[in-house]
Amino acid sequence: MTAAPQSKPLADPDAKAAPSIVPALRNAFAAALVAFGLCFPIISYHAESNINNELVLVSRWPLSLGIAAVVFLFFFFRQVSPPDWRVWFDRVGAVAAGGMGGALAESAAEGEGTAAPSKARTRFSEWFGPFALGVVILFPLIMLGLLGPNGSLKWINNYGIQIMIYVMLGWGLNIVVGLAGLLDLGYVAFYAVGAYSYALLSTTLGLSFWICLPLAGILAAMWGVILGFPVLRLRGDYLAIVTLAFGEIIRLVLINWVDFTNGYAGISGIPHVTFFGIPFNDEDNGFSAIFHLPFSPIYRTIFLFYLILALALLTNFITLRLRRLPIGRAWEALREDEIACRSLGINTTNTKLTAFALGAMFGGFAGSFFAVRQGFVSPESFTFMESATILAIVVLGGMGSQLGVAIAAAVMIGAPELMRELDWMKKIFGEDFDPTQYRMLLFGAAMVVMMIWKPRGLVSTRSPSIFLKERKAVSGDLVKEGHG
Amino acid sequence: MTGATADAAPLLQLRGVETFYGKIQALKGIDIDVNSGEIVTLIGANGAGKSTTMMTIFGAPRARRGRVVFDGKDITALPTHLIARLSIAQSPEGRRIFPRMTVFENLQMGASINNFAHFDEDLERVFTLFPRLKERAPQRGGTLSGGEQQMLAIARALMSRPRLLMLDEPSLGLAPLVVKQIFEVIADLNKREGLTVFLVEQNAFHALKLAHRGYVMVNGLVTMQGTGAELLARPEVRAAYLEGGH
Repeated sequence: MTAAPQSKPLADPDAKAAPSIVPALRNAFAAALVAFGLCFPIISYHAESNINNELVLVSRWPLSLGIAAVVFLFFFFRQVSPPDWRVWFDRVGAVAAGGMGGALAESAAEGEGTAAPSKARTRFSEWFGPFALGVVILFPLIMLGLLGPNGSLKWINNYGIQIMIYVMLGWGLNIVVGLAGLLDLGYVAFYAVGAYSYALLSTTLGLSFWICLPLAGILAAMWGVILGFPVLRLRGDYLAIVTLAFGEIIRLVLINWVDFTNGYAGISGIPHVTFFGIPFNDEDNGFSAIFHLPFSPIYRTIFLFYLILALALLTNFITLRLRRLPIGRAWEALREDEIACRSLGINTTNTKLTAFALGAMFGGFAGSFFAVRQGFVSPESFTFMESATILAIVVLGGMGSQLGVAIAAAVMIGAPELMRELDWMKKIFGEDFDPTQYRMLLFGAAMVVMMIWKPRGLVSTRSPSIFLKERKAVSGDLVKEGHG
Repeated sequence: MTGATADAAPLLQLRGVETFYGKIQALKGIDIDVNSGEIVTLIGANGAGKSTTMMTIFGAPRARRGRVVFDGKDITALPTHLIARLSIAQSPEGRRIFPRMTVFENLQMGASINNFAHFDEDLERVFTLFPRLKERAPQRGGTLSGGEQQMLAIARALMSRPRLLMLDEPSLGLAPLVVKQIFEVIADLNKREGLTVFLVEQNAFHALKLAHRGYVMVNGLVTMQGTGAELLARPEVRAAYLEGGH
């Protein structure tokens, strides 16, 4: 029941003793030289803007030399250590390199997302799912009880709602990527369509949220089909590139079609959510007055939390139901083998389009929730980084696993929020230390840890949607990676 | 035209079929007949165009010239999934089972064409034909052995109650004993239920012994045809496909 290490280092008593020092030194020196060479363009010089807003080049030679020294020592000790330790050196090295990669990626792209290494057991869904659901349902009330209306606001809003949005997006994308096996790198486009649908419909036509929600879903689904048609023949890498481009196109249209979307400035003044017509304000007809409660913004936040929870559970419910229907099984079969599907009489065109449309619809729902929660939308919210985060949630969660996706979303979105709580570390590392800047470092490291320990995602077992006598999960470890 | 030995028109008829991969011509005008209740085999060396013939019948790739007629209906331009719904089933080259789905789910996919009508009955039937699959029912398709996967591919095809079963190299990479077992099942199905089978094989000896009639294919052309026994006796066939080691 434990997450067993996949391979144990070979403990070979006859292994040759530590190799001689000279080749180890030579090896380590070469590695340090390479590290220094790599550091030179990236780390040795750093552009900063000074008080006059001019760019000045700051040299950071000691840092580069320090990194080279660390690499030197690391390789030296790796070389002189017994062979069965080297596996661990290599793992540490891989994780460190992954972290560096993540940190470098941030300099090119900005955005949210990190993950702490998380161990998951392979079969905890039976009790863990309902238990987690119970905790999530009670979460706002527990927080409210513990911290009061003011203290709990941050927790319900920044953690609860934020995570639930990504759980929902993850579940929506899971239909496309996890079930139908269509790698979609532009999922945020549908999120954007949903958000702008609500923003524009409510500000121009004055439609209420409950009318806009299905409309946003339909519009997003329509765009899903529009994207689906030209990419029907594509798979894998090619599909990924086209969907990536699609996501960017939507964002660029939102930026440049100023008459319609107000460009970079975005759309503000989006009507807030109401409690089925009762506004959450401090007036006489407001929620607090009607229910004889002291006025507090917390009620709206709690309502938003339950709203997104309901939307996410709807996504989950529909996905689980569909998996048992022929269409759901056709999605999974399509992921496995498209040619076999066709020769079994499955219309792969329709199967793909329904996957795109349904995934997009849930993205659209989440988008209009985003708009009603923020009261403001702008193209900045729909960058590629969002798509990458959602995709990472699906992949880390274990493709096709609903519970895994939920856990991955909680970790990926919750961890960077938690890092904001680490302000006390400034006392140790000085005022310049900003823990949130290390998000990407941890993100990269977590990715590598995952690839080493759980290459098929947190919940890699796929429970069959139908079974003869009893349900029997099939371990993901039984099948090679990449071969299903 | 030659071939039509049975009383009625052939169930499957290929006339002058030419198929191209880009500019390369894989099939150079092929005539094949498969009559109802027959086992017909198509043998030939690697790259002769056997699998292409099979795939062309299924519409992927599509024939550029010529006609494919099934049960009097021209299916040359029909999309693959609609051809399959005319109750032609295929065990494709390389088996192409769904590796992450269980054996049971694989079989269910096969039955989805006729909307799971008489599903339990058909399931019982394929489990009788291949008892091994019953043992493996809750197991993932990808965890089966090669022979079991081939059985699964055939069983999945049978779940749709096809009028024509097309098998592409069912003996590929399997132990002789398993090959024998699979061929026995095919012969049995043909004898008891009158199932029409179109078999593409490299294992010429086994295929010709099993089949009522056979076609020999060389470089995209059918060069010989006749009954299985006739072809087995032909010196050219023996030289090319049998004595060369099989």
